[in-house]
Amino acid sequence: MKVAATDSAVNISPVPDTWQRRHLLGLEALSKEDILTLLHTAVELKAATGGCKDKLSILSGKTVANMFFENSTRTRNSFSLAARRLGADTVEFSASSSSLSKGETLIDTAKTIEAMNVDAMVVRHSTPGSPHLLSQNVGCSILNAGDGPHEHPTQGMLDIMTIYEQRGSLEGLTVAMVGDITYSRTARSNIWGLKKLGAHVIVCGPSTLVSKAWEEFGVEVSHSLDDIIPRCDVLNLLRIQFERQYTRPFPSVREYAFLYGMNKRRMEQAKDDILIMAPGPINRGVEITPDVADGPHSVILHQVTNGIAVRMAALYLTTTANQREG
Amino acid sequence: MSSLLIRNGRIIDPSQSLDEITDLLVDQGKIIAIGPDATNATDVTQEIDATGLIVAPGLIDIHVQLREPGFEEDETIETGTAAAIAGGFTSIACLPNTSPVTDTQAQVQFIQQKARQADNCHVFAIACVSKNREGQELAEMGILTQAGAVAFSDAPKPLQKTDLFRRALEYSRMFDVPILDHPEMPELSQSGIMHSGAISMVLGLSGIHPDSEELATGRDLRLAETTGARLHLMDISTEGSVELIRRAKGRGVNVTSEVCIANLMLTDEVMRTFDSNYKVNPPLRSQAHIDACVAGLQDGTIDVITSGHAPRASEKKMTELDRAPFGMSQLEITLGLAITNLVTPGHLDFPTLIAKLATNPARALKLDKGTLAIGADADITLIDPEAAWEVDPTTFESLSTNTPFAGMPLTGRASTVIVGGIVKLQR
Repeated sequence: MKVAATDSAVNISPVPDTWQRRHLLGLEALSKEDILTLLHTAVELKAATGGCKDKLSILSGKTVANMFFENSTRTRNSFSLAARRLGADTVEFSASSSSLSKGETLIDTAKTIEAMNVDAMVVRHSTPGSPHLLSQNVGCSILNAGDGPHEHPTQGMLDIMTIYEQRGSLEGLTVAMVGDITYSRTARSNIWGLKKLGAHVIVCGPSTLVSKAWEEFGVEVSHSLDDIIPRCDVLNLLRIQFERQYTRPFPSVREYAFLYGMNKRRMEQAKDDILIMAPGPINRGVEITPDVADGPHSVILHQVTNGIAVRMAALYLTTTANQREG
Repeated sequence: MSSLLIRNGRIIDPSQSLDEITDLLVDQGKIIAIGPDATNATDVTQEIDATGLIVAPGLIDIHVQLREPGFEEDETIETGTAAAIAGGFTSIACLPNTSPVTDTQAQVQFIQQKARQADNCHVFAIACVSKNREGQELAEMGILTQAGAVAFSDAPKPLQKTDLFRRALEYSRMFDVPILDHPEMPELSQSGIMHSGAISMVLGLSGIHPDSEELATGRDLRLAETTGARLHLMDISTEGSVELIRRAKGRGVNVTSEVCIANLMLTDEVMRTFDSNYKVNPPLRSQAHIDACVAGLQDGTIDVITSGHAPRASEKKMTELDRAPFGMSQLEITLGLAITNLVTPGHLDFPTLIAKLATNPARALKLDKGTLAIGADADITLIDPEAAWEVDPTTFESLSTNTPFAGMPLTGRASTVIVGGIVKLQR
């Protein structure tokens, strides 16, 4: 691995004055300008690190704590790598090994970690709003790495970045999120980000997992994948979260795959340049068949790489804004 | 005891359709004269100038959690009754969700004794419908009534088992006591945090659908109708519930109902803050539901406004939304919230508001209170309708400051509170 000699050598743009956010809690509250700043910074950092491989030192001396109160492998590693690629130190924290199991409250746990001179906390929690609660009670930057079904802003941004890389713009594209919208934070973050950048968003899935109320927010609601496929530029196939379904929203996995699984037959109805995305981990044979997941239209692995770029950008922007304010 | 003359106030007493500016005389803890007889009284030892003030029957809150015994970190009978006085209430009725629960004679007597020692306002005990509040077997209603319980309820838990509920209503008729139910179908509201709608969808928070309340309301009304027992529906929050009660009253069903003040003024939009102080049950719903509840108050479908006082220690509330308990500490601000949000905008006039806060709650529980009739106990609340103040939880008498209203400017508050002829508060 190559270490960039100095930051000036790679010429990272300074954080624009328009970016005032110390925290990244969700994409709903962000302006179009903020989203573009995140996007452009991610693109720039990806290039400056030779595709998220090389190290920079723009966050050297800073410490990023990964606070995961819910299991995660890929997001946690992605954030860790992002922090280290920018020269920051990382602290790992998991709920199972922590004092939470000893009865400590979330806020006390966060304050204790913060007292170790942490500059940013990456928080994943099963309850919506938990990162917001922490942001009101600690001084460091809070980055939401998924709060229940509410938001997962870096996942939304990495999906957007992946489309942007392929198409150069989101304006006018038709993007469908397929599957379990009700319990999906990825869907929500995508919806807000995509809409702000001018895409037409469709949410598609069983009526028990896709609320009609999304129409109030300018989102198209569909329950038939076959109906919408010919119009889509991008299909984002959400994972059926078996662990979250305490009430069974559909009769069987077989029926789900029959109605919403993306397969070769359905690909024949799609546009020639359709992009197939999936936030992963994917259930092969359920929401996507292997030939589609591994086929020429799939950008699933680009999404993973871009995750690091987006997380580098989010850490850089929020900690810089926090320092500026502090 | 000395005599007390309240001079030149606007005396509003819906129990005798009274609304006029005159004088009121108290002696030996009773109201003994209104009008010229009071004005011309001699030997007055104490006088209060009520010019510009409303003189109302002492306010009554029939939906209060006092938390003692068992949860003294949230509230005690002493602090809760002090909060009641600060809020203008001269009588409160407390829910049985203590530990141990109020399902024995001894527990009723404990509440009464603690209330006497605190010597703030009157406290009436609401005892459990079911033993240990488990919803399985009837509590000893006869013995509990004799001990002083004025009503029966498993609230804030709903009466889930329909057969038990029906038996409770049938049995309660012998003692002429009301059953209070918090209408909710748990299988439709389980793990719900907020109103089910577009906002809960966006926030990814599990919702409590109006169906959960309305199906229970419909069931409860049917049971009241067929048993002929006295039913009081607590916590009404939906358009559908209001309509069901309206129709039931039209058929002559023996039912009264209440709405908590928070459900009359805030919509589910506030949950965007993720502030657990907004987490209440029933949840804050949409404007259409609020409008329906206000219309219900206006046409008499909803009889009572309550505080829904649910004090909770900060360590319980300052946590993740799903772990945080429901409830707001409301006793001290309910009157101000009601005047500011219902009277000032013209939804209710003062006589109607006082009916909802004094006359009707007394009637719902058949308390010998809520009136300024000659010979009645001198429980009186003087209200300054113009007082401008701001909610400041640091000054709460309540042990708990779980309120989302900190800093909110309000108009109108109790300026003098008299319990049994004794002035308990004067600001």
